[in-house]
Amino acid sequence: MGANISRFKLLRDIFISFAKIGPVTFGGGYAMIPLIEKEVVIHRKWVKAVDVADVFALSESIPGSIAVNSATFIGYRIAGVMGAIAALLGVMIPTFLIVLGLCISYFFVKDNVYVAAAFKGIRPAIVALIAYAGYKIGLTAILDKTTLAFTVLSMAAMLLFNHHIHPVALIIGGGIVGIVTVMIRKALGMVTRMDKHEKHSIEESAAQQINKGA
Amino acid sequence: MLLWELFSTFLMIGFISFGGGYAMIPVIEYEVLRHEWLEADKFLDAIAIAGMSPGPIATNSAIFVGYNTAGVAGSVVSTLGMIIPSLLVVVLVATIFYKIQDNMIMKSMLYGLRPIITGLILYAAVSFAIKNEVIGPFSWEMVTMLLMFVIALVAMLRFKTHPALVIASSGVAGAIIFV
Repeated sequence: MGANISRFKLLRDIFISFAKIGPVTFGGGYAMIPLIEKEVVIHRKWVKAVDVADVFALSESIPGSIAVNSATFIGYRIAGVMGAIAALLGVMIPTFLIVLGLCISYFFVKDNVYVAAAFKGIRPAIVALIAYAGYKIGLTAILDKTTLAFTVLSMAAMLLFNHHIHPVALIIGGGIVGIVTVMIRKALGMVTRMDKHEKHSIEESAAQQINKGA
Repeated sequence: MLLWELFSTFLMIGFISFGGGYAMIPVIEYEVLRHEWLEADKFLDAIAIAGMSPGPIATNSAIFVGYNTAGVAGSVVSTLGMIIPSLLVVVLVATIFYKIQDNMIMKSMLYGLRPIITGLILYAAVSFAIKNEVIGPFSWEMVTMLLMFVIALVAMLRFKTHPALVIASSGVAGAIIFV
């Protein structure tokens, strides 16, 4: 009985922790990383800092948003499948309600001249935001001439054959081509560098730690 | 069945959304236009709202598309479609192969996949710019939009300005300039 109550409390705490983090993560999952570290490592002491670094590396390697994946993963590490669900709901529900509220209000105010003008002003900023996201993932994706060629080809394919190529086909194709390329190179005795990102991010966070300490 | 179509479409998108939400903009656009869930210019507003709201941009777009297509129920099923793959994959990875990010096959898959994702995001930026007349035939309005784009990009790249602040300031600037 006591164990049940403490388990319920744990799940509730996981839900609350992530419900607090969710609504402040403007601008995507990366913005959430320091907040998650503060809450689950320093404040709640559920997981160690090293584990968190692993969780983020993993969250980037699987489908889904980094914020949702990291929350789900940390929830799982703390309390299994139920913990994963508690964290996932925690990170999603408040955000969902806020965004739903914004969508509903959008339909009431979209014809207002000031709102329409503000939306027009936001559009170039969204282009910048997307370009910035492209630049950031490009830093981890473009490692050599082959990956540069893949980037240019996928962009050209979308621009030239828009609405004839399903982007999903490109993504799946990219994964297969990646595996085949690395295998062929290995058979030819060539080495492919693939882990710039992991090293980079660990070095970066180590550097940040040192800076904080100094 | 509309709700099922929304759910299954976003479930499919959820399973392939590698590399964060921005790469999913062209995928969501493709599906939304194919199903005629939104008109093209409304989709642009959907991305604007998704980008300025807290939370992941892909899930936020799902909420907007779902709500616009089938009300609150539509937004719930679309969001569930986007996040269920995360739950399944995380639990699978956590129980079976914990160190998947060090796995050779996984690494070589991501080696090929990440540049494709980069290309998709850059395409999304270019096509969004063209559709919003940030790039286009000369007009003072286009020049203004282009200038706002450059300022926003430099602010984030050079001065590490928070994206939400960039969007909010652009909204205020827009309400002053374009009224």
